[in-house]
Amino acid sequence: MWFVARRLLHAVPLLFCVVVLNFVLIAATPGDPVTILVGDFPAPPGYVEQVKREFGLDQPIYVQLFRYLGHVLTGDLGYSFANRQPVSTLILGRLAATLELTLTALLLASILGIILGMLAARWRGSWLDSGVQGVASAGYSIPDFWLGQILILIFSIWLGWLPSQGNMSVRGAPEGFAGFLDHLRYLLLPALALSFRYLALIARITRAAMLEVLSADFILAARSRGATEISIMVGHALRNAAAPVITVIGYNLGFILAGSALIETVFGWPGIGRLLFDSISRRDYPVMMAILLMVSVTVVLANLATDILHRMIDPRVGDR
Amino acid sequence: MSAHAEAIASARGPGFFRRLCRSRAAVLSMLYIGLIVLLAVFAPLVAGYDPMVGGDDSMLPPLSPGHWLGTDDLGRDVWAQTVYGARVSLMVGVVTAIFAVTIGVVVGGLAGYYGGWADTVLMRVSEFFQTLPRFVLALIVIALFGSGLWKVIFVIAILSWPQTARLVRASVSSLRQQPFVDAARVGGMGDRALLLREILPNVAAPIIVTGSLDVAAAILLEAGLGFFGLGDPNHISWGSMLNEAQQYLRIAWWMSLFPGLAIALTVLSFNVLGDALNDALNPRSRVRS
Repeated sequence: MWFVARRLLHAVPLLFCVVVLNFVLIAATPGDPVTILVGDFPAPPGYVEQVKREFGLDQPIYVQLFRYLGHVLTGDLGYSFANRQPVSTLILGRLAATLELTLTALLLASILGIILGMLAARWRGSWLDSGVQGVASAGYSIPDFWLGQILILIFSIWLGWLPSQGNMSVRGAPEGFAGFLDHLRYLLLPALALSFRYLALIARITRAAMLEVLSADFILAARSRGATEISIMVGHALRNAAAPVITVIGYNLGFILAGSALIETVFGWPGIGRLLFDSISRRDYPVMMAILLMVSVTVVLANLATDILHRMIDPRVGDR
Repeated sequence: MSAHAEAIASARGPGFFRRLCRSRAAVLSMLYIGLIVLLAVFAPLVAGYDPMVGGDDSMLPPLSPGHWLGTDDLGRDVWAQTVYGARVSLMVGVVTAIFAVTIGVVVGGLAGYYGGWADTVLMRVSEFFQTLPRFVLALIVIALFGSGLWKVIFVIAILSWPQTARLVRASVSSLRQQPFVDAARVGGMGDRALLLREILPNVAAPIIVTGSLDVAAAILLEAGLGFFGLGDPNHISWGSMLNEAQQYLRIAWWMSLFPGLAIALTVLSFNVLGDALNDALNPRSRVRS
């Protein structure tokens, strides 16, 4: 319990720094900070005056910081004139699509990565092992957005099996289960493209963790008791190798969210990444800053949750 | 830390290069990197066309007469663009890695050597940088401050140093307590000389390895920025080529294939080289991996 409280206390200054960084970026940008707070889209002069007053732009810098913090803490992220919506509403509306894409990608990466890592560790030095290591190196090196383009070229354009843009059929998406299947067809390619890098990472970590465990005495004991191979691999080895694997998955949750910006752009997926791309090209600054804030906060919280989970799985982890 | 001493001894010894070349993948990577460097340096001689200037023949497929990798929507030669793009990628990758490693060594060296509050502060700062989502932050900084080759390099370097810093700090703080450092101190060596002449040379091996991996990571990040349309508009880069290719995927696959392959192979080569350097510099690590 103490551990959880201490980790929470540790996360608070990090979150504070994240908000301050956002503020510093707004303040340090050359040009009028009003433009950054309002966006480069024509806004009524009345609103500009209101923003100037609310953020105290004629006041000393620390007053501005306090006001900015106040706005963020109350969930007021500004108004997007390009979209004619409050920024928070805009982001919340896109959140579901992004979460769906990132969580599917993470799930794919975890399942395939763990299986590949286990197989590579079990048949260490075989062609299978070399193959998994090759996939892992490729996963680290191939830009995921280019992988997305290549998947579109192969599966959408040449083979014509799967759609390449959006997240559902524009004309007459079917109802019920058929609608769900229709949706899955749209989800598959972007999720694959986004997952590849993390699949590589998870396969590598699983392999290394399994190799360490497989040489332990209790595995030999299990084997001499006549335990089946599958029960040794899953029941004994994987269970003991789980901690580092889960840590890696958790620490990458935030980064996969950030990485979805490129994938959503390639596949026209209507999530936060696509919104980021659009807001950058429209110079819709309040939306950009809000997305940066949201992604950073997610990373801090995901790390926090991972630390706590790690501690629960493996009580040997000491307090840092 | 005898592993470090061993690593540095073996790095200098004649066995190092032989061990590095024992891996076929490492040899191939070095050959590929050498080739890309040559192409980048001699780009005006091998490109055949100005990469920024279009011609009358747009959207020519590969193996067309005069354009063996085809042309893009504006009739620009894809081979010329790819060759010139190598300049941007290598420049960003290498210069960023040099900056990131320099900052990392200074911060990590000071934190590891002096310890105390300086250590705590520096490590908290690097921890904060590590939690930041690098790609999104780089995108937004460039979007706010405007693009340019040096801005891109600067932003990526600022976001990349913490890893090196933590690594250097860990090595330095354990080396600081080694007998040979004590001996040098008793011999009257000052802090600066101790750090520069006794300790840092022993950290060289891991620094070289992360440097190579930093190059790969920076090239990937720059490609992402270019794809988002935030690369330097005055230079052709592989990322900006892929940005252009996105609109024409249906009709011109070659606009996507070649620059993408160039990025993937270059990044792969630096990653493989990093791993091979690691194996060659630490003969023991082979046993574990």
